Amino acid sequence: MAESKITLEQVRHVALLARLRLSADEETRLQADMSSMLGYVEKLNELDTTNVPPTAQVGEPGTPMRDDEVTNHPAPDDMLANAPARHGNFFKVPKIIE
Amino acid sequence: MNSEKYEAVIGLEVHAHLSTRSKMFCGCSTAFGAQPNENVCPRCMGMPGVLPVLNRQAVELAVRAGLAAHCEIARESIFDRKSYFYPDLPKGYQISQYETPICKGGYIEIALKSGETKRVRLTRIHLEEDAGKNIHEADGSLVDLNRSGVPLVEIVSEPDMRSAEDAGAYLRALHAMLRYAEVSDARMAEGGMRCDVNISVRERGAEKYGVKTEIKNLNSFRFVEKAIGFEIGRQIEVIESGGKVQQETHLWDPVREETRPMRSKEFANDYRYFPEPDLPPLRVPPDLVEKVKTEMPELPDARRARYISEFGLTAYEAGVIIDEREVADYFEATLPGLNNRKAAANWVMTEVLRVVHESGKSIGDAVPTAKEVGTLLKMIEDSKISLNAAKTAFAAMCTSGKGAEATIGELGLAQVSDEGAIAAACDQIIAAEPSKVAEYRGGRDKLYGFFVGQVMKAMGGKANPKVINDILKKKLAG
Amino acid sequence: MSELNRLTIADAQAKLRKREISSRDLTRACLDRIATVEPKLNAFITVCAREALEQADAADQRLSSADAPPLCGIPLAIKDIYATKGVRTTCASKILENFVPPFDATVIAKLRAEGAVFVGKANMDEFAMGSSTENSAFGPTRNPHDLERVAGGSSGGSAAAVAAYECLASLGTDTGGSIREPASFCGVVGIKPTYSRVSRYGVIAYASSLDQVGPFSRTVRDAAIMLRSLAGIDPSDSTCSARAVPDYERALTGDVKALRIGVPKEYFVEGMQPEVEKSVRDALANLQKAGAHTVEISLPHTPYAVAAYYLVATAEASANLSRYDGIRYGLRVPAENNIELYEKSRAQGFGAEVKRRVMLGTFALSAGYYDAYYLKGQKVRTLIRRDFERAFETCDVVMAPVAPTTAFKLGEKTDDPLTMYLSDIFTISVNLAGLPGMSIPCGYDNAGLPIGLQIIGAPFSEETIFRVGDAYEKIGAFSTHQLKI
Repeated sequence: MAESKITLEQVRHVALLARLRLSADEETRLQADMSSMLGYVEKLNELDTTNVPPTAQVGEPGTPMRDDEVTNHPAPDDMLANAPARHGNFFKVPKIIE
Repeated sequence: MNSEKYEAVIGLEVHAHLSTRSKMFCGCSTAFGAQPNENVCPRCMGMPGVLPVLNRQAVELAVRAGLAAHCEIARESIFDRKSYFYPDLPKGYQISQYETPICKGGYIEIALKSGETKRVRLTRIHLEEDAGKNIHEADGSLVDLNRSGVPLVEIVSEPDMRSAEDAGAYLRALHAMLRYAEVSDARMAEGGMRCDVNISVRERGAEKYGVKTEIKNLNSFRFVEKAIGFEIGRQIEVIESGGKVQQETHLWDPVREETRPMRSKEFANDYRYFPEPDLPPLRVPPDLVEKVKTEMPELPDARRARYISEFGLTAYEAGVIIDEREVADYFEATLPGLNNRKAAANWVMTEVLRVVHESGKSIGDAVPTAKEVGTLLKMIEDSKISLNAAKTAFAAMCTSGKGAEATIGELGLAQVSDEGAIAAACDQIIAAEPSKVAEYRGGRDKLYGFFVGQVMKAMGGKANPKVINDILKKKLAG
Repeated sequence: MSELNRLTIADAQAKLRKREISSRDLTRACLDRIATVEPKLNAFITVCAREALEQADAADQRLSSADAPPLCGIPLAIKDIYATKGVRTTCASKILENFVPPFDATVIAKLRAEGAVFVGKANMDEFAMGSSTENSAFGPTRNPHDLERVAGGSSGGSAAAVAAYECLASLGTDTGGSIREPASFCGVVGIKPTYSRVSRYGVIAYASSLDQVGPFSRTVRDAAIMLRSLAGIDPSDSTCSARAVPDYERALTGDVKALRIGVPKEYFVEGMQPEVEKSVRDALANLQKAGAHTVEISLPHTPYAVAAYYLVATAEASANLSRYDGIRYGLRVPAENNIELYEKSRAQGFGAEVKRRVMLGTFALSAGYYDAYYLKGQKVRTLIRRDFERAFETCDVVMAPVAPTTAFKLGEKTDDPLTMYLSDIFTISVNLAGLPGMSIPCGYDNAGLPIGLQIIGAPFSEETIFRVGDAYEKIGAFSTHQLKI
């Protein structure tokens, strides 16, 4: 069997970075899928990109800016309407421990 | 503490709210003190599908900060996404600047107690958006996103500081610069300016830096100084006992007055920076930099120099007054109509600042308005009241809130310059003390003070000393 | 005309203004058709019957005056990726199953202002990640031409709804081919405009530097009409172009004389379905008869496009999807602490394909891997853009197939993600380069499944693309099959 391009440890680390709780099956499946993809994208190493600038955007240059005006008006009920857990006008979460 | 063997190496990262009306990327208000989640919209709440649009004023203020700190302003800078998960970070990433900030280099000059000045170099200044606030209760935490999206500049210093004093002086100088340049109100108590400290120790003469710890989110100068003092001691102790300093993030506990490591794993982060695809590169053309230069308010150094050259203050006096912008503005507001500016400076430095420091309140709340103090000073200048009477009146005005003229009137503190009344009092005293008059006339000049005192006493302390002198001398001469 | 839902926009516009038909009748016909075929098709996540009729009545009022906007009274389906104020917007995900946005996407607001009618929110692959609409949390959409086959993705519902006459046109989005591929599979017209031509504000983000808004329609003229209403500057989108929007209908001159058509040799490869290749080449031959010239071009970095895309798109997506945490909206799973809150809500709310891409994207950006993966992908993207820049020096448009095959069977490609990804091979480069691309029907395979012809242009050359597409339509090289449903 071909060696995986990514270890289970790495999969778990990425899952923590991405805040995804994976079952053992999912971990194994993802390890295989990611390994397959990472193997596939290795073909990019066939290309010498030493002097090639990266493309971060393909839009037109120019920096659109807005005037410093207050254009939004308070509407907490609308903004909180979709909140799964609400306490008055706050969003409620489990206690944060620093 | 073995401060002979070791030296501390300190760098500060300061986050300051920019003085804009609206947020960095949306039109919500930045006003402090609103009810929870009142100043939020789909954008700063991170709803699906929203996109950021940059606030022009935030850019100009960042350029202004860069110019005031002698930085190089980047023609083009890039916004990046900084990813981490925290309940007060709605998008799960903060829009910040990583590799190419808007300002690079620069420095802040600081003055130490010894009289020495030192230059603390800056690494960079960049733009970013603030996160919301968490309030911790017994059974959970509450998230308020009013602050989410408020524009910030992050000012990063080189590790040029070597002591708590250096750090305190740097923060005060930076605070003054931000306020004078009208970049930020920098109200630390409101979270308008926050400081993270990066600190390590090493043996004096060593070239390499030691392992540094980061102390996060300090919001007062005192806390910064104390935390640094504590942390230097702690690190030295670790090293001296054979251990190794861990690279950790700490918080300052103001109650126990110690630093302690942050418990949560959430801060062991890989921020995965990449260029923000929703914002084109930020272009700051030369004409924008020129515009900001022409609009630059008077900075602390310029104001200090002006006070010395225009008002004749000493460097020390000027330094004390410009330390806080509100004090300097207050001082200048007392001046219209006054000739003796040094007297005004002195009054501000002694009477005004004493009350301010004792009360713990701001200059706006603790003392009468500058206009009223100006009136008081003018009355002294015009000999309408004596210096002592003015001090009495001032103390009363601090609590009563009443104006200068009203207070002088109510307390009957007006100085009497009526020559007739003073002449009558002189006559009265001369008549009552014939032997002393004779002694004085016989050559005992020292008795003059006695007579002045008696006349003043007879006048209830309100006589104008100059008029007394004019009249008394003549009368005593015979 | 017995079935009003089969009208084109152009025809409906004329009849509405002549008061031969009302928007209510038109909308009613669409809603009736929806009721009939939806059990088989599943093109919609939410049908908005009541709201649609209200909109239709309001449109009818406006149509009595002379200056009703172009799309006034026209029933449209909206991919469930667009924020529609007051109407559930799910992005085909459990994590947004009950999310009701308090705002409209910019293009939705534009369409509302024109008096368009929204018959419903169309099915899609979850968070636009997929090529078959099999990744929807609400079941797949079936192909109207063969119910055992996929409608394509990620805008499968929008394409199928137009093909099955459930509406006159629809909105989709295209990040790696998600308009063009389902258009090809369902036998309708679908255009992805130049990146930045249309505002993305309110379009739930998948990959920010690749996502683009575009319409599905039954004719090229209808697509031109739609794009004119959608395109244009938006102060809410910092990446949106300020260029003026042409009257695209004026470009439909039918003239392709001296048009230079670039035919990329890398797009005619082994593994293509023979009927697809034949159909595309026949189309080229027909255009040559009408006066166009073909020129063989090379886009040498084509074989690297899928790899570059799956690094760049997943990286951007991993950040775009970080906001789904159950705190301010969306699915929330009860938890003891915040890490658990995030991990469980996201695990339960996201489907397998979304998790796959978020994991890959997070990895591509992570410490130590950024240069080798994300940055490398963006550099190869530059090479792909340059390929097209060079090509457009010698041709006016590039033409190619849309997909290597016609619609595949449900479940056929779901085992191996990589196989599914490779079916995007002809569309993905266009997104990486930010170019406009349109799919128009050019025939059927032996099983009666539609084949799409792709017309790719230089930036902001939609007028040329519409002209070519419309000219090809006018040739009438084949007749449209009747649907069995």
